[in-house]
Amino acid sequence: MTASGPAAPTAGALMHFPSLRLHNRVLPVLIAAGVAAVFGSGFLSIAPNRLLSGRPVALWAAADSTLIVTIVVCGALLLTVAFMPLHRATYRAAAVVAALLFLAILAAAGQGAAALAAGAPALARVSLDAGFWVLFGAAGLALIDALQRAETGIAARLCVAAAVAVAFVAMAEAGLFDALSLAREYHTRRDFFASAMVRHILLVVAAVGPAVAIGFPLGVAAARRPQMQGPLFAVLNLLQTIPSVALFGLLIVPLSALATAVPALAAIGVGGIGPAPAIIALILYALLPVVRNSAAGIGGVDPTVLDAGRGMGLTPRQLFWRAELPLAAPVLLAGLRIVVVQAIGLAVVAALIGAGGLGSLIFEGLGQYAADLVLLGALPAILLALMADFLLQTLAALLNRRFGR
Amino acid sequence: MIELDRIVKEYQGRRVVDDLSFTVPEGAFCVLLGTSGCGKSTTLRMINRLVPFDAGTIRIEGADVREVAPEILRRRIGYAIQSTGLFPHWTVEDNIGTVPRLLDWPRNRIRDRVTELLQLFRLDPEAYRHKYPHQLSGGEQQRVGVARALAADPDLLLMDEPFAAVDPVTRDALQAEMARIHQATGKTIVFVTHDIAEALRLATVVAVMDRGHLAQWGTPLEILENPANEFVAGFIGGEASGVQLLALRTVAERMRPGEGAEGKPVSPDASLRDALAAMMARHADRLPVVDGGGQRLGIITLTDLIR
Repeated sequence: MTASGPAAPTAGALMHFPSLRLHNRVLPVLIAAGVAAVFGSGFLSIAPNRLLSGRPVALWAAADSTLIVTIVVCGALLLTVAFMPLHRATYRAAAVVAALLFLAILAAAGQGAAALAAGAPALARVSLDAGFWVLFGAAGLALIDALQRAETGIAARLCVAAAVAVAFVAMAEAGLFDALSLAREYHTRRDFFASAMVRHILLVVAAVGPAVAIGFPLGVAAARRPQMQGPLFAVLNLLQTIPSVALFGLLIVPLSALATAVPALAAIGVGGIGPAPAIIALILYALLPVVRNSAAGIGGVDPTVLDAGRGMGLTPRQLFWRAELPLAAPVLLAGLRIVVVQAIGLAVVAALIGAGGLGSLIFEGLGQYAADLVLLGALPAILLALMADFLLQTLAALLNRRFGR
Repeated sequence: MIELDRIVKEYQGRRVVDDLSFTVPEGAFCVLLGTSGCGKSTTLRMINRLVPFDAGTIRIEGADVREVAPEILRRRIGYAIQSTGLFPHWTVEDNIGTVPRLLDWPRNRIRDRVTELLQLFRLDPEAYRHKYPHQLSGGEQQRVGVARALAADPDLLLMDEPFAAVDPVTRDALQAEMARIHQATGKTIVFVTHDIAEALRLATVVAVMDRGHLAQWGTPLEILENPANEFVAGFIGGEASGVQLLALRTVAERMRPGEGAEGKPVSPDASLRDALAAMMARHADRLPVVDGGGQRLGIITLTDLIR
C-alpha cells in the first residue's frame, strides 16, 4: 500500500475481508487454559501402588485417538462460536458441543486409565492428573457460559443437567471408569461410602431443619422489633467467628458432662463426640444466615402493601401467610441456599469428632496419604453442594416467575 | 352517615387530633383538606381503626366502630391509598377479589364482580384480569386499587390521597371517574387530599383541617366565598381563590339574557372557567350563550366573570 494511493480502494479492499471480531471472551480463555493444561501437565498419572506418587502421562499418550479428535473438534467449534455474533440458537448448539466435550473428557480419562492399567502390574494405580482437572473444569464452565448466553429456561437447564448426569451414570455402569484409582478406592469401600453419604446428608438435614425452626421465628421477631436486632446479631456474628474445629472442640466438654449427668440422653446417642456436638455446631453456624435472611425478607415487604391489607380487613395471621411470607420467599430461599451449602461443607469437618459423613473418607485418606481416597470424600461433598445450590436456585427462579417479577 | 364525636389522638404527648367533631351525611363526598401533618390522614385511619384513638366516639350508621372486631369493621369499608398497596404477587383479579374472598363469596360471584368493576373503570376485563400489578401503568394500578376498595360494595369508602402520585393528565382522568362513580353509586366517601383544586372539584362537603382542629366545614362554594379565618383564606389561595371560584359557578348564573353577540357560543351549563378559557382562546371579551337545543339565551362578557 503506497502513500499516494487513493483512499477509496483501500476501504473497498477492506470490505472483502470481514474483520474477525471476538464476541465472547470467556470461551477463548477457557480453551487457552485447556490447551495449556494438555501440553503443560499430565492428563493421567500412573503410580506403582496407591500410596506412591505417580508419573504424569499426557493426554495423547493415554487416550484413544477417536476421543482426542472429539475433544479437539469440540474445542475448535467452541472457539469458532466465540467469533460469532451472540445468537440464542448459536449458543444452544454451543451448549450441546460443550456437554459433548465434558463427556468426552470423562470418557478419555476412563478409557486412557484402562489402557494404561492394562500394561501395568496389578498394584499400579492410574489417577487423574492436573491436566484432566483443568480441562474438565474448563469444559464445565464453557457449558455454563453457553447455557447462560443461550438464555435457556429453567426446564432446559434441568434437562441438560439430567442428560449429563444420565450419560455419566451410564458410562460408570458400563465400567468405563473402573481402571481409575478413584473408582478402585470406591469399589473397596462401596458400603462404607454409601453409609457415609447418607450420614452426611442426614447431618445436614438434622442441622438445617432445627436451624430454620429456630431461626425463622427469631428473624420474624427481629423484623417486627428492630431494637432486638442489635443484640441478636451481635451474638450470632460472634458464633460465626468461632472456627469450626474450635466450636466442635468446645462442645465436647459440656456435652460429655451432660451425657454423664443424664443417662437417658447418653442412651439416645448424645455425648461429647459423635453426631450430637456436630449437629449442634452446624445449627449454631446456620442460625446467622437463617435469622438474617428471615429478618431482611419479612422486614423488606413493602409497608404500604401491609397497610392496604390491614385496611381491607386481613387479620395479622392472614396477612402473614398471604402477603408477608410469599413476598419474602425469594430472600428466605436465598438464605436457605447459603445455609445448606455451608452445612454440607462444615459437616466434612464434623468427621473429626466422630460424626461420620464424607469427612471420614477425607480424613482417612489424609492419614494414609492416599490422595484418591481424599478425593472420594471431597468430590461427592462438592457435588452435593453444587446440586443443592442448583436445586434451590431453580426453586427460587420458579417462585419469582410465579410472582411475575 | 359517619359521626366523629370529640375525637382525640396523641402521639408521644402531642395532640395530633384535638377534640375533633363532625358528621358526614349519607352519600356525601367529604374531602379532608389540609397541609401535611394537620391530622387529616390520622383522622381517616381512625374511622376504620387502623389508628386507635385516645378519646371520643366514632359512629357509622349510629353504631360505635369499637363494637365489632377491627377486621370485621374494615371488610365493610372500602380503603384505597396513595401507593395503591396492590399485592405484587397477585393478579388484578385476585387483588380486586381480596375482600370478597375474605367474606367467602362464591367463586363465580367474585369473578362477575371483578368483571363489573373493571368495566366500571373502563379496563377491558379479559385483557386485565390476569395481569400482575407491575404490568400496569400508574393510572391503571390506581384504578385497580380503587376497584379493589369497591369490590365488596361497601357503603363507605375511605381514600387517602389516592391520586397524589400520578401524573396530572392521569389524575384529571381519575378525578373525573371518581366523580362519575360517586354519582352513579351514591356511596359515602371520605377523601384525604392536600390539593385544593382536587378538593373543590370532587367534594360535596369540605373539612379544612389545621393542626388537629377543624378549621372550617362547608361546601366548596362556602369555603371559597366565606373563608372562616386567616388560615383557610391563606390555604385556598388568598386573592387567587377567585380563580378557583370560576370553576364552581356556571355561565347561566352570570349571563345577560336577551343580548346577542357574534362568534362560537358557550353552553349555559359550562363553568365560568371554561367561558374565560374560551374568551382567551378566541381573543373575544364577549360570547353568545346558546343552549343544547340551539336556543339563543344571551351573552356573557369579561366583566360578568369578575363581578
